[in-house]
Order: sequence, then structure tokens, then C-alpha cells
Amino acid sequence: MYFDSLSGALQMGGHGGFVWSAYLITVVVVSCLIILPKRKEKQIILALQGALNRQHRD
Amino acid sequence: MWSIFHKLGSPPWLYKISGSILRWLLPITVAALAIGVAWGLLFTAPDFRQGNSYRIIYIHVPAAVVALAGYYIMALAGAVSLIWKMKIADIAMKACAPIGAAFTFVALVTGAIWGKPTWGTWWVWDARITSMLVLLFLYLGVVALYEAFDNKEAASKACAVLSLVGMVNIPIIYKSVDWWYSLHQPASIKMTGGSSIDTSMLYPLFWMIASFYALFACCMMLYMRVEILQTQGKTGWVKRLASQGSS
Repeated sequence: MYFDSLSGALQMGGHGGFVWSAYLITVVVVSCLIILPKRKEKQIILALQGALNRQHRD
Repeated sequence: MWSIFHKLGSPPWLYKISGSILRWLLPITVAALAIGVAWGLLFTAPDFRQGNSYRIIYIHVPAAVVALAGYYIMALAGAVSLIWKMKIADIAMKACAPIGAAFTFVALVTGAIWGKPTWGTWWVWDARITSMLVLLFLYLGVVALYEAFDNKEAASKACAVLSLVGMVNIPIIYKSVDWWYSLHQPASIKMTGGSSIDTSMLYPLFWMIASFYALFACCMMLYMRVEILQTQGKTGWVKRLASQGSS
């Protein structure tokens, strides 16, 4: 490992704020790209299941 | 060969195969990204001139590379959708737009954050950066245009035309750093001739670019699955799928 302490890795010689915030924003955007379609897919299937159940009852 | 094309054109087949691919590709991609991030952030030496701020390269460059590749795929899918009216091409084109927009956004934001300690400013109306901003608007334009139409067939046609017309921006982005005097540095990695970046920095960068491509592929499949369900909701196979529970 290049840094010899956690605070060294966090501070990165004064650039820590820039580097870590860039990575954090990327992690948030990428997580949304994965989670949002997965959630939407589940919602669609649940809605279809609900519609099918209603049809069976009627 | 033709049977693969035939199968690719079939939404139920694509839905099924993407589900089984995602089951292993998505965890591998997330692990590869985690390894690449740790490698770039903690295990490489700082740049002799930029210090540690250069570590942003490991997300900025892969995001920009994939944002551009995504546009090729979107325009190609748009052309196939226009010419052969393939449903899957239409679905692929629509899936590309939000993913490409997200990667372009990441490239722009990380570039701005990298610019502050390196150039002393968050933003300049420089050729490379402005053409990337145009790329973001093209992606968002496709999303907005599709939503603006009630007739989805007309929406697809309009989006395909917009994505094809937008292709003119792609060579401008590539060549902007050579054509205009720009704050943005020229390419460090060259297909021909030597790269101006040390191999200890180059390997994690290649790793991250490959991981971002895999991530794009995963996102494409995830978004296409949603589109397939939305457009095929009334068909028998989707109803059977819903009655069996999600797979």
C-alpha cells in the first residue's frame, strides 16, 4: 500500500477532498444505475401479478 | 450465425439469457470495480507533477470511454431500428440513453473535480469539455424526446434520427484536443506508438476501463429487461412469467 496510515490515505497530501468526493459521486451514480432498473423490474412484475390475481377473482 | 441474430431479435429469449448472464456477470463486475478502485486509490504512486489528484483518472477516463462507446451502440441500434424495424434494437437504443447520460455525467463531474486542483478552475468552456456537455444533452434529449411522444413508434423514429444526427459530435470529442488549443491534455494512451503514462499507472487504468465496459454491459441488460417487460406486458410469456413469480 502506498499510504502508511488511514489519515494519510484520507488526506492524500491535500487532495483527499477532491479524490474521495469524485469517487463517492461515482459510487452513488453507479449504484443508482444498478438498483433503479432492478427495482423497476420487480415493480412491473408485482403489478402484473396483481392484475392477474384480480382477473382470476373476477 | 443467423440463428443467433434470430434469437437476439426475440425478447423472451433475451430476457431469459440476460437473467442468467447477470447472475454471474454483475457480482464479478462489482468485485472487479472494487479491486480497481482500491488499486488506483491506495496502491499506485502519486503523479510527480499532479500529486494524488491524478487518482481521479481511474474513474474519469473509463467513464468518458464508456460514455462514447455507449453513443456508438445507441446510434447503431437507432439505425437498425430505423432500417429493419427490429424491436430489440429499439429497446437497446432506449436503454442506452440513461446509462450513457449517467456515464457522461460522471466523466464531467469527476473532470471538474480534477480540474480544480490541477487547472485552478472547476469548469472552462474548452472544446473537449463543451463537446462532452453536448454529448450529455444528446443523451438527455433522446430520453426526453421518447417521453414527449404518445405514439411510441413515432418516438422511436425521432430518437433514432436524433441519435444518428448526434454522431457528428463523436469525432469532434475525439479530435477536440488536437484541433483546438485546449486546457485538456491530449490522449495519454495511444494505439500506435508509446503511451505517455507509466505502466504502473497504465495497468490499473486498463483494468478500470475493462470493468466499466462490463458495468455498461450489465446496465444495458438491466435496462433492456425493464423495457422488454414494459413493451411486452400484454403478451403471453410475460403473463406466464408474472404468474410464476420473478426469475
